[in-house]
Amino acid sequence: MNKIHNSCGLCKIDIKNLTVTSGSDTLLDNINLDFHCGQLTALIGKNGAGKTTLIKTILGERNFTGNISYKEHNEKDIKRPIIGYVPQQLSFDKNTPVSVLDFMIATNSNRPVWLFHKKSQREKIKEQLEKLNCSHVIDRKLGDLSGGELQRVLLATALEPMPDFLILDEPVSGVDVNGLDIFYKTVSELRDNYHIAILLVSHDLSLIKKYADKVVLLDKTVIESGDVDTVFKTDAFKKTFGFMDLEV
Amino acid sequence: MEFIYKIFEILLPFDFITYDFMKNALLGTIIVSPLFAFLGTMAVNNKMAFFSDALGHSAFTGIALGVLLGLKNPLISMLVFGIFLSLIITKVKSINTASTDTIISVFSSLSMAIGIVILSKNGGFSKYSSYLIGDILTVTPREILIIFVVLIFTIAIWYKIYNKLLIISINTSLASSRSIKTVLIENIFVILVAIAVMLSIKWIGILTINSMLILPSASARNISRNSRSYLLTTIVISLISGILGLILSYYMDTSASATMVLISSIFFFLTLAIRKIRA
Repeated sequence: MNKIHNSCGLCKIDIKNLTVTSGSDTLLDNINLDFHCGQLTALIGKNGAGKTTLIKTILGERNFTGNISYKEHNEKDIKRPIIGYVPQQLSFDKNTPVSVLDFMIATNSNRPVWLFHKKSQREKIKEQLEKLNCSHVIDRKLGDLSGGELQRVLLATALEPMPDFLILDEPVSGVDVNGLDIFYKTVSELRDNYHIAILLVSHDLSLIKKYADKVVLLDKTVIESGDVDTVFKTDAFKKTFGFMDLEV
Repeated sequence: MEFIYKIFEILLPFDFITYDFMKNALLGTIIVSPLFAFLGTMAVNNKMAFFSDALGHSAFTGIALGVLLGLKNPLISMLVFGIFLSLIITKVKSINTASTDTIISVFSSLSMAIGIVILSKNGGFSKYSSYLIGDILTVTPREILIIFVVLIFTIAIWYKIYNKLLIISINTSLASSRSIKTVLIENIFVILVAIAVMLSIKWIGILTINSMLILPSASARNISRNSRSYLLTTIVISLISGILGLILSYYMDTSASATMVLISSIFFFLTLAIRKIRA
């Protein structure tokens, strides 16, 4: 964690007129959004509303029309923004012989992980993991980790190098309460201390109420957006989530 | 070549090594085994066992195209068709994620059927039946040199793209977030597999080539916990199966490639047992 953004406003992700189609289907329709640094924006919506498509588009995996730009505070474009991404789940073969150390080195270095690891690399990764209280898993097989351990390893990976924009895709599924706490404590600290922009996709409304600064309700396009209390009171929100809002 | 022959004779004081064709076959095996080990580790990681099977079957069409075009050596048409098919399958796979196995199976059947239909015209298929199980005893020093160059080339590319391929095999979106060009890297990989398979299929055989590619890595997975032990174990199993299979086939007078596959299968069940005991 060596890159510190100076102040809020330094970095903004601007999405303008974003449309994604697949064949004759419109998956995302004219989306206009911005994500500010130092803010945790929660993306909510029913299944099939296009949350995953939006993330995949931001990651460059889908063709789109419109514009996605990363700006400094003086509106200057950041050409190669660093994006940290914590996937929802890894559907890889749990038998894959790859250790946590292999995996984390592979994301940041071109030196093939079947060569001997440098001691400095190992020390650095251990430090990164220690920040999330999970340095003990460094030599474990990635497929042998519990849900909570895997999420923390993925978060530690996404934070090196420190991203301009951190995307968390449903990071809570299958995570134990203790792991969940460490996870969100770290995310909140990142927002407060490093002023990075964070996008969180989640179904857990109580969690969103606790941590999010802004909520975006998506259904192909942006239906509602604003601070948590405002969005949670809208008719569109109640229509999507029924009476669940009463519980939060 | 003479120098290598001499080394073999000194190291291996057995009667099988007195024949030059056995020396060539041994040298070929020593080069092909690690090549297949390298590619196999990632083919299994990426769940591509089915893909490489289809690729092997497509050699029939490659050979047939060569015959139709009047080529003396069908290697070029096999390479071109193999690379073409690999890229198509990868493309289709990326568009339709639902039924990849079925799609690959269709490609596999189609490219095998086209080849056999053309080659069997006027009852001439028996001429090509040697491709089914291959014959490593026919390998020439020139072919060994070619496959050696391919091995060096593969290791060089492997060095460059291994980490990227590993991340892709774990999660493609994660790979995209690390600015990895997933499509390009995957295409480079399948082209490498296509080249390795087509170059060696004459010795290894269409029916057995996939086992040579997949079995050693599948065995190594049973007992490896990290990338280095995975690759090293795969290379060792691949080499032992290859060399032992070749020698045994000489004494038992059996197909070399099938004997090699038999030994890697034994390795698979052995490592599976070790895994069960450890668990």
